[in-house]
Amino acid sequence: MDAIFVFEQLLNGLGYGLMLFLIAAGLTLVFGIMDTMNLAHGSLYMAGAYVAARVHEASASFALAVLAAVLVTVAVAALLEVLVIRRLYRRDHLVQVLATFGIILIADDAVKAIWGVAPLMASTPAALAGPVQLAEGLPYPSYRLLLIAAGLLVALGLYLLVNKTRIGMLVRAGASNRQMAEFMGVRVGTVFAFVFALGAGLAALAGALMAPISSVQIGMGEAILIPALVVIVIGGIGSIRGAFVAALLVGLVDTAGRAFLPLALRAVLPPSVAADLGPALAGIAMYVLMAAVLTLKPAGLFPARA
Amino acid sequence: MNRPASDSSRVAATTGAAAVAEHPHQPFAVRFPGFARRLPWLVLAILALFPLLAPTFGLEYYVGFVRRLLIVAIAASSLNFILGYGGMAALGHAGFIGVGAYTVVALVEAGFSSAWLAWGGALVVAGLSAALIGAVSLRTRGVYFIMITLAFAQMLYYLAVSLRTYGGDDGYGLYTPLEMGVWLDGVHPDVFYWVVLVIAALVFACFSRVAHSRYGHALRGIRDNETRMVALGYPVYRLKLAGFIAAGAVAGLAGGLLASHNAFVSPAMMHWTQSALLLVMVMLGGLGRRWGAPLGVALWLVLEETLKMHTDYWHWPLGVLLLLAVFHAPQGLAALSERREGGR
Repeated sequence: MDAIFVFEQLLNGLGYGLMLFLIAAGLTLVFGIMDTMNLAHGSLYMAGAYVAARVHEASASFALAVLAAVLVTVAVAALLEVLVIRRLYRRDHLVQVLATFGIILIADDAVKAIWGVAPLMASTPAALAGPVQLAEGLPYPSYRLLLIAAGLLVALGLYLLVNKTRIGMLVRAGASNRQMAEFMGVRVGTVFAFVFALGAGLAALAGALMAPISSVQIGMGEAILIPALVVIVIGGIGSIRGAFVAALLVGLVDTAGRAFLPLALRAVLPPSVAADLGPALAGIAMYVLMAAVLTLKPAGLFPARA
Repeated sequence: MNRPASDSSRVAATTGAAAVAEHPHQPFAVRFPGFARRLPWLVLAILALFPLLAPTFGLEYYVGFVRRLLIVAIAASSLNFILGYGGMAALGHAGFIGVGAYTVVALVEAGFSSAWLAWGGALVVAGLSAALIGAVSLRTRGVYFIMITLAFAQMLYYLAVSLRTYGGDDGYGLYTPLEMGVWLDGVHPDVFYWVVLVIAALVFACFSRVAHSRYGHALRGIRDNETRMVALGYPVYRLKLAGFIAAGAVAGLAGGLLASHNAFVSPAMMHWTQSALLLVMVMLGGLGRRWGAPLGVALWLVLEETLKMHTDYWHWPLGVLLLLAVFHAPQGLAALSERREGGR
């Protein structure tokens, strides 16, 4: 284990964390403002990945693929909001779990009907296929650098949108005290529809960007949903800043756990035990992190309703 | 088992036939008290005779299906107990099913072959893990409770994936059936079915009894107003923990039975979608209602089985069903027949 390997893994963790942030941002706002638990958020991520993979294959333009993924997913999300989510606002969390689980079932079958059961192979854009020499003896895939750059850019844009614009002010008002915001004349329903569409767009962007480095298949939404939920719980539900910090934390802990824990265990334990224990500990690392944070700060790191 | 039905029959007896005439839409149990009281026994009798009758109607395949349904109903009843009566929205119940199943695997791998030992072990080990997990999780509230139970179930999932001795991701096949003792083995090919039926009936009767005991009322009090129950001097945390442990243990028992039923155990049993499914079935049947869990499980599994026979696309109709249930039958299936009885 040398410095270059460590640095490489840290960059991987950063990239994964930023993608998690894109997914978690929409989830935490929807949860924070309308108190709505949306399990189907992962399905929007899946939709983004599928659309991007197919459009990229058909048009050979990655930029067009990402754009199409975002637009299509936002349109689907808008429809979903009007038909279902809008009617769930004032319902119990469990009812929301029930309804959005139903949406997951429908979405998985829809994807199967449109694109088939077999996983899609999404290719990296040709221009970014090779590695970049970051430093002496440190090649790094250029596509992963794009991921990091895009993630940081979107995070910055979101920060500006939420903290410096009028609509962002309304979003924050809704998140910190929905009732009071309503009394002050904010049309929280409209703000929410906007936030839901924004969240869907971000999830689709994450899906489109992750497609080339993960497998595009049915069930990918359910797989990414749980880490995203862990992120918003650690960060404090409703807090964008919390989601950002928590996403980077979870990304780094998860990646570092997978890369270093097996190596570290092999140094102190017999190989057969280490081989069993390493992946298990790596898999549970982020949940241990969540349990630890909740023990110390039951409302997450940056509670929005302070 | 049939106590509340007799409650409603008493209501019917005092109000008499005139009330029935005035309210033609009165609940089933009030209009036909005798039948409603006997219905559970009738269902039990049909279920008990099913393996004997099935060959006559060419339904042998469904004996196994009903056995699975009964096992899932055991797990769902335990979730209904803590969620419906105790208000504990645990999204990690499949984790305990997995603990039970892997306990059976561990005992088999260690050379034991007694079914009773394996299932008993499943019950105890799952109960112990529920004690540990509950002790931590029950300190949180609301969404955080949902999330932390989910997190623990995920930890168990990854633990199972990494246990290469027991097959890891690929799962573990139980090639020789467990021994249920000389009195049962070989008496009839479907003896395991009846064993499951008896266990399911006992579990169901126990949970129904406890739900209407002093403890059950305290649990419902906690669900409805925890602060008040604290003020009244109830040891709220301990009461909830006791319920959580009981539910976890029973889910573990169901897991042990499921391991025998499938003759196969894999981490997929404890994937988070399995926990969500269990929750969905209980809610569909009716949260905190006596018949909620078995009704929900029966509806879901029968629909799933039927749809699977006709199409590869069997997920979406179930999804539509969930949306319809949310908007048109939010109290669940069991509530439709007792709508006028005044709540749970």
